Amino acid sequence: MIRVVLPFHLRNLARVEGEVQLEVPAPVTVAALLDTLEARFPVLRGTIRDHGTLKRRPFIRFFACKEDLSLDPADTPLPEAVVNGTEPFLVVGAMAGG
Amino acid sequence: MSTIRVLVGTKKGAFILTADGTRKNWTVNGPLFGGWEMYHLKASPLDPNRIYASQTSGWFGQIIQRSDDGGKTWNPPGTKPEDLMGPDGMPKGVSNQFLYEGETGTHLFYDGTQKPWAFKRIWHIEPSHTDPDTAYAGAEDAAIFKTTDGGKTWKELPGLRAAKGHLWQPGAGGMGLHTILLDPTNPNRIYIAISAAGAFRTDDGGKTWKPINRGLKSQYELPDPDAEVGHCVHRIAHHPSRPDVLFMQKHWNVLRTDNAGDQWTQVSGNLPSDFGFPIDVHAHEPETIYVVPITSDSLHYPPDGKLRVYRSKTGGNEWEPLTKGLPQKDCYVNVLRDAMATDSLDECGIYFGTTGGQVYCSPDGGDTWTAIADHLPGVLSVEVQTLK
Repeated sequence: MIRVVLPFHLRNLARVEGEVQLEVPAPVTVAALLDTLEARFPVLRGTIRDHGTLKRRPFIRFFACKEDLSLDPADTPLPEAVVNGTEPFLVVGAMAGG
Repeated sequence: MSTIRVLVGTKKGAFILTADGTRKNWTVNGPLFGGWEMYHLKASPLDPNRIYASQTSGWFGQIIQRSDDGGKTWNPPGTKPEDLMGPDGMPKGVSNQFLYEGETGTHLFYDGTQKPWAFKRIWHIEPSHTDPDTAYAGAEDAAIFKTTDGGKTWKELPGLRAAKGHLWQPGAGGMGLHTILLDPTNPNRIYIAISAAGAFRTDDGGKTWKPINRGLKSQYELPDPDAEVGHCVHRIAHHPSRPDVLFMQKHWNVLRTDNAGDQWTQVSGNLPSDFGFPIDVHAHEPETIYVVPITSDSLHYPPDGKLRVYRSKTGGNEWEPLTKGLPQKDCYVNVLRDAMATDSLDECGIYFGTTGGQVYCSPDGGDTWTAIADHLPGVLSVEVQTLK
């Protein structure tokens, strides 16, 4: 089971508390994870990646295992620790600065 | 006794203010969608419990929210579990999908190049006069979208961008379509206005559009002050009984047209400054109009630190300041284009919100004012419902 941590505003939109647990079909990639997440929570469509292009929105970052995976191609396999549920996959709203 | 419901969109959430017809004691409910920019909330004139809202974020993009119980509960249309059992089948989660029709096309950019249209947010939602499931949405980058299924899906009316869209270019505030006026007597006629592009009209339900900017002069903003497009229209308004008479607050200048935009005439008259953002019309007096003068395009606050609404009872040219109850010293807030509205009680109420988070109400057509909310986040929009 894959563990996903959403930022505050997306948890509110999806009406979930704490982590989301997902069964993602192999191969487990960012794209497959987001497909599964959006299928379960349609309200999140367009909030993490654009509707038309499916590109990550500019101020969304993907972290896991202390690494920034945001710039990896969407079909890159996720780390084994994320796949086996040891580590969560973090969807993060980037720092606003200021 | 009537009830007044004021829908306030702010930079950090939405608020609903309610009072009875005396408009003396107000209840503030909110923040709804705390932390999000709530550009606009507006109810269907046919079903006052149906309210559409535009919720946006630089991080998470656009969300459309809808309430069917007067603002008590909200859902992005087409995403709630009940939709699973509904006639539409699986929820699609596309109520926030605003895709430009056909080839995306390009518009002029600051550096003189052509730049592809890119959706950023919805500035304004205008529910239909004839069907609660139909509404129009004004987008940045400028385009108009329409829903006929209560906001579950939206389709662009692309004929608007064919009206010289390649010549439009964003101003500092973004290339937003901020005003949508529906002609209550003619469902095929719609007026819209776009920052730094101008005003446009369709007479065929949105298939084709034409610029309606003749008479506008922008001598300090455009190389050709009489250009067909490119004028920075801040807001237009009309009275439903006379939909061909439009009033405009432009970047500079207040104007009117008596022929549906074919020709505009300046009516700034004795205003202390004819720069400003909102303009609105009294609910029962079609020639009584309101503006909030702002010092200049460089100084976005009231002249002399005095917050004054100006009223003309003659459709322009002759203006009187309305100051009772408004701060008359050290006031440096702005009033944004969608942040003024009226109720339709016998004694018409006028409302506006400020970038300082105050919402003011005048229950007597502008003669006296009271702050009905004092410390909200900066106000982006105000709409008013008069509930019988």
